[in-house]
Amino acid sequence: MTTAEGASQFVDPLDVPPDPATPFQPRSGQRGTGFLTEPFRLGTTPSATVGPYLAIGLTWPDGIWAAAEGTEGGIWIRGRVLDGAGDVVPDAMLETWQADPDGRFPSPEDPRGASTHPGFRGYARASTVHPPGEFGIFTLKPGRVPDGEGGLQAPHIDVSVFARGLLDRVVTRIYFADEAAANAEDVVLRGLTEEQRRTLVAEPTDDGYRLDIHLQGERETVFFAV
Amino acid sequence: MTGTTSESRLILPRYLREPAEKRTPVGFPDYRSTALRAPLRTPVDLPHRLTEVTGPVLGEDRVLPQDADLTLRNGGEAIGQRILVYGRVLDSDGRPVPDALVEVWQANAAGRYRHVADNWPAPLDPHFDGLGRVVTDSLGRYEFMTVKPGAYPWGNHHNAWRPAHIHFSLFGRAFTQRLVTQMYFPDDPLFGQDPIFNAIPPVARHRAVSRYSLERTQDNWALAFEWDIVLRGTDQTPFETDDDGDVA
Ligand SMILES: [Fe+3]
Repeated sequence: MTTAEGASQFVDPLDVPPDPATPFQPRSGQRGTGFLTEPFRLGTTPSATVGPYLAIGLTWPDGIWAAAEGTEGGIWIRGRVLDGAGDVVPDAMLETWQADPDGRFPSPEDPRGASTHPGFRGYARASTVHPPGEFGIFTLKPGRVPDGEGGLQAPHIDVSVFARGLLDRVVTRIYFADEAAANAEDVVLRGLTEEQRRTLVAEPTDDGYRLDIHLQGERETVFFAV
Repeated sequence: MTGTTSESRLILPRYLREPAEKRTPVGFPDYRSTALRAPLRTPVDLPHRLTEVTGPVLGEDRVLPQDADLTLRNGGEAIGQRILVYGRVLDSDGRPVPDALVEVWQANAAGRYRHVADNWPAPLDPHFDGLGRVVTDSLGRYEFMTVKPGAYPWGNHHNAWRPAHIHFSLFGRAFTQRLVTQMYFPDDPLFGQDPIFNAIPPVARHRAVSRYSLERTQDNWALAFEWDIVLRGTDQTPFETDDDGDVA
């Protein structure tokens, strides 16, 4: 009936357009089914700095012994933690976690069964208080660990660094300079540049290995998002 | 090369990470100590392999019964408002984390730490060292008795005072779950000017604040504060089966 040209401007108030493909939902933004479509998750507790007084809560007399004192084949891994000005950080804490010499972990979460290597805890906690800036842990050199993709990782130690001024831990790894062949095959190291790799590789010493951790600067250590 | 042994094709959990906008950043400009310490380069993604999904077993043998009561040290009673702090350690799937080591440390009721580096003029308490250790039970529960810590000045900016807080250190089952954090008390007037609290993204700040609990407050003895701690969970669906084949 409204075929005349002049009537084409008329808007019929009852001619309601169809719903848009995404209906307006002021609260959720999407129309739900009423059922959970994703697994329910709790929000994780946010991290905070250990602050300057961590020694009160986190000092263990046996902290540095990832392997029991006197364990045969034990090595010392030492190094310093340095800040962006090149100064030593005298109030940091390092934690290390690693496999035993057979590449197994003293953890029930190891799907191959927990390591039972005598005297081996795999975990150490060291401060950089005495001497200032330097840490030292006593451990066994880890073996190679499957990378889950059919290969083997090079011997490595996972490291967490905590300190005043770090609102979350920072995570890095220690590799070993005398494992060149294994390092060349390592799935993590292969993803890094030569310059980055150097920041993770500890050099042999008389009684173990040494590696400095640079929180910032020209030689900033490679830190990992885990 | 395709491995055929069970060792080369490991089915491992993948621990979920909160998106960056809900996590505390490593560095925060208003917190001055981060300037020379927080790494400046973007961290490299490390997919979770065996080293990351396993973790040390640190349990009962590291803890004495008296470690759960910070109010009784050196043969006497600590001075201050006695409080019970309790809660559960869970992962983000809502599963309790049993047998987990929880280490806490804090200032005394006057806001002073028993530490050589803390020498602001507030009294030390001979019967308070500020160290507690507990292990979660089979349902992930923990609790300890202490005194409410005082606020303390820290020189970060003019009139910088830390809101009252208790430092917590937690191990879950895996390296990825490691957490060091601080628990706050409800409605602290010092929140607004504290960069360590405000470094937490606004959507996540409430997770760092405990709740006053009348239910657990002890008549004529101690106030109670409840705080649940949530560690990272895995990407397994909640409907996996347990060892007996039952839906867990
Ligand atoms: Fe503090």
